[in-house]
Amino acid sequence: MQKRSIVPIVYILFLMLPIYWLVAMSFKTTNEILGGFSMFPQTFTLENYKVIFTDPSWYWGYINSISYVTLNTVISIAVALPAAYAFSRYRFLGDKQLFFWLLTNRMAPAAVFALPFFQLYSAVGLFDTYWAVALAHCLFNVPLAVWILEGFMGGVPKELDETAYVDGYSFPRFFATIFIPSIKAGVGVAAFFCFMFSWVELLLAKTLTAVAAKPIAATMTKTASSAGYELGLLAAAGTLTIIPGAIVIYFVRNYIAKGFAMGRV
Amino acid sequence: MKTENQKAWFFVLPVLLLVAFNALIPMMTVVNYSVQETFGNNQFFWQGLDWFEQILRSERFHAALGRQFLFTFLILIIEVPLGIAIALSMPRKGIWVPVCLVLMALPMLIPWNVVGAMWNIFTLPDIGLLGYFLNHTLGIQYDMTQDPIAAWITIVTMDVWHWTSLVVLLAYAGLVSIPDAYYQAAKIDGASNWSVFRFIQLPKMKSVLTIAILLRFMDSFNIYTEPFVLTGGGPGNSTTLLSIDLVKIALGQFDLGPAAAMSLIYFAITLLVSWLFYTLMTKDDLN
Repeated sequence: MQKRSIVPIVYILFLMLPIYWLVAMSFKTTNEILGGFSMFPQTFTLENYKVIFTDPSWYWGYINSISYVTLNTVISIAVALPAAYAFSRYRFLGDKQLFFWLLTNRMAPAAVFALPFFQLYSAVGLFDTYWAVALAHCLFNVPLAVWILEGFMGGVPKELDETAYVDGYSFPRFFATIFIPSIKAGVGVAAFFCFMFSWVELLLAKTLTAVAAKPIAATMTKTASSAGYELGLLAAAGTLTIIPGAIVIYFVRNYIAKGFAMGRV
Repeated sequence: MKTENQKAWFFVLPVLLLVAFNALIPMMTVVNYSVQETFGNNQFFWQGLDWFEQILRSERFHAALGRQFLFTFLILIIEVPLGIAIALSMPRKGIWVPVCLVLMALPMLIPWNVVGAMWNIFTLPDIGLLGYFLNHTLGIQYDMTQDPIAAWITIVTMDVWHWTSLVVLLAYAGLVSIPDAYYQAAKIDGASNWSVFRFIQLPKMKSVLTIAILLRFMDSFNIYTEPFVLTGGGPGNSTTLLSIDLVKIALGQFDLGPAAAMSLIYFAITLLVSWLFYTLMTKDDLN
């Protein structure tokens, strides 16, 4: 144990405190929460979780969120793979300008796009579907995926492509069976970031849905205000939104630092 | 070496179409609104650049913009050095590395409104862990619904909690890419810790730090959900940042023209500052 390891330990404690408080509160009864301060749940209860798992308006929120996030991740990676390959292997007219333009879309405040998005997706008849949110989130996820994948592809020597052609591979076969497996880690990291940014975004997801595709985060804000701020229930719902992210991050833990570093600026 | 090949455009086409659909059509709508006046019955009148002039002269906009710059400035000045310091003190190998990384990344994976709600619960004066500790254990008067300073400290702390890990992860990624030989050479030369940092680690982290600063600038400048859930822009207007004000005008008052003009000015400022950061930080590379 070195002296300097105190810094990360203190930092992680600081990160965990609010999370601990959320989790602790989710196991308390409403009476206990409003009755006063208690460090640990005095009367441990699973009532809050029971409400969420038995009430369709709650658990459908989770199903909706996971559905559009998964759809978005699949679309983003599918279109970003060939594009990233083009950027990493070829020069073509307007390539640099296009790359920069893609990145500027990450700079647009979601608040700017909320209303036009609502009108656009209503006009094409996708309002309140998974597709609406999944496609809208492509605005910031596709550029990010292209950026990350391009970084990883740049690390694969060009000889790999040439050898494959000499061996008589067609391009689609080479791409699917040789090239993509060689940048597995990059695909994992890009998918992780797409999942993350789609999962945490609320403003657009809320604007583009009403009932059928409503995300869990939006269910939370509504229930919180209509039921007179049931803190225990809110805390339980919040705790459950942390779990998918925690699972995904566990799978990419060894690549995450690398994934950040690979993108070109 | 990259080969010249115009057919590469076909590979880029799906991305281009998808992003253009999401970016250009809404942007055109915004431009369209920004030059017109409407009374809500689908009748529009040409307004020219009046809205832009009105927004640029309005004190409300200046105040929100000022708060936004102050917020972003505080975020960058705290998170970037803190993130670098934490990355420097992290272990380079061993079983603790993945543990650290997973725990540190966790706040970034929580939906933004849950982050706001979580900090709300955490800071409630009588029943929140932090609120109770400050008010009852330390005896400091703390209530962010009453006191603008407390509200500011809370939103800044929340953002530090939420996003410092991004800087840590990026800086850490830069650090682990430095070969051991560099450190050995520095040791032989008898270099101090500071010179190792200044002449080896900092230059090696430069490209990832550029990404970190750009991302933190863009995201903190566009922040909406977390402070909206936590403080609702209050008390008064003290934490009404630019995008909170924008949503108030666009969806609250349904003033489409001024809101659209404000959106475009907002976007232009974000682009301009990002470009400035980018040029300043990559200037040396070109020479």
